[in-house]
Amino acid sequence: MNRQRAQNWIFGVSLALSLLLMLMPLPQTWAPLKPYWPALVLVYWALELPERVTLGLAFLVGLGADVLDGALLGEQALRLVALSFIVLRFRSRLRFFPMWQQALAVLVLLLNDRVLLLLVRLFAGDPRPPATFWLAPFTGTLAWPFVFLLLDDIRARLRAKET
Amino acid sequence: MALPDKESSPIFADAAAGTLRLIGYLALACVLMVLDHRNDWLHRARVTASLVVEPVYRLAAWPAEAAQDAGVAFSQRRALIDENRQLREALLLAQARLNRMNAVTEQNARLKQLLETRRMLGMNVQLARLINVDLGAARNRVMIDAGSREGVRVGQVVIDAHGVMGQVVEVLPHSATVLLITDANHSIPVVDERSGLRGIAHGSNVPDRLLVSDIPLSADVKVGDRVTTSGLGGRFPAGFPVGTIESIGPDPSGMFAQAIARPAAALARSGEVLLLRDLPEQVGPPTVAPEFGPPASLAPAGNAAAAPNDPAAAAALQKPVAATASGGTTP
Repeated sequence: MNRQRAQNWIFGVSLALSLLLMLMPLPQTWAPLKPYWPALVLVYWALELPERVTLGLAFLVGLGADVLDGALLGEQALRLVALSFIVLRFRSRLRFFPMWQQALAVLVLLLNDRVLLLLVRLFAGDPRPPATFWLAPFTGTLAWPFVFLLLDDIRARLRAKET
Repeated sequence: MALPDKESSPIFADAAAGTLRLIGYLALACVLMVLDHRNDWLHRARVTASLVVEPVYRLAAWPAEAAQDAGVAFSQRRALIDENRQLREALLLAQARLNRMNAVTEQNARLKQLLETRRMLGMNVQLARLINVDLGAARNRVMIDAGSREGVRVGQVVIDAHGVMGQVVEVLPHSATVLLITDANHSIPVVDERSGLRGIAHGSNVPDRLLVSDIPLSADVKVGDRVTTSGLGGRFPAGFPVGTIESIGPDPSGMFAQAIARPAAALARSGEVLLLRDLPEQVGPPTVAPEFGPPASLAPAGNAAAAPNDPAAAAALQKPVAATASGGTTP
């Protein structure tokens, strides 16, 4: 029971932190490099707790991100739903990939996410983004092992404390 | 080695239902986006959620601010002394300039009084601080820490010490979003200070770059020209620096020239900004000339309310629509 609560707690806090990280500024030159944190955290939870991460949850997280970001209501909801759908569909394969292969899969997911974002932006009438637009998925890939190991470690520690 | 039948493989577990749900959610997101694009739902949602959203912004901005403070706290004494000296020199220079400006301002006020202009010379401004939040690299917007409770309204012009920064596009109770002049969706009417040529400067989504497009090929624009707001359109008051022309070339169609300007305002650096309180020069047709016909003292008492010296009427003139309305009723 207690463990369940701790699990819930990490789940919520990590998602909230990812939204907060999304809002945190970076110096101007580094700004295009910022990984899409909510996506990384959602991918982790979709891999580890698929019964918790449903499409509805991804949609809600996306809506929250949209309200915070203030760009276009539904934009990130769409992206996160598509992302978590793909992860949930291929979960049983992704889970047993070695880390580097998993990171590559995350790269493909994030690139796909950028394509979706580009489509939405173009439909909304925004101009074509600069080439640096495509850099964020790569830093996201680099950040993936750390996100994965960090969250895994926190969960393992909690489990150890339980027993 | 037969696969267990009862336990359905997770790869194909209710695949059809999952796809249906995916399509449902995607459709819902698309509908939301279209409705938001048309009806501005997001803004209403944000105002409703501002109780939650605004503290989150402050929280997200906190580490960057703490880092800045730490930078100040741990910077070398030597660097601080140097900076102090530089600031002192700059202050002296500014003071000297200000003194000279004071004389000019006084003279200007006197001349304006002579011309019986009704406009007040003193600019009514409000100081606001930037909140250090990243609203997405693709959109050139910043947040400031004053909102509707502090009297900020949509459309107010935001300037810094060097020039025009942008305008307020969204107001929450205690914060507001400012669209920078470098946003691709922003345009600002400008005039070349040297030649008087008018144009429109568009943002380009690239920091530190404005596009002044559709300049006639024969027009007199040179590299290094300063462009200022022209005051046309009524949104931005005239005479604020916007940028400096950096290069000029033909535009893609070859029919017009296109200039690239560097914004005068320090858009990338955070700090304090000024919000102009006054509405700029009136839009629309000019108001009826104040003194028309016999002097107001000869008019019957009923007309006194419409007299231009009346404070209420003068206040109404601040709003262009009200001004034309009251102007129309003046006999």
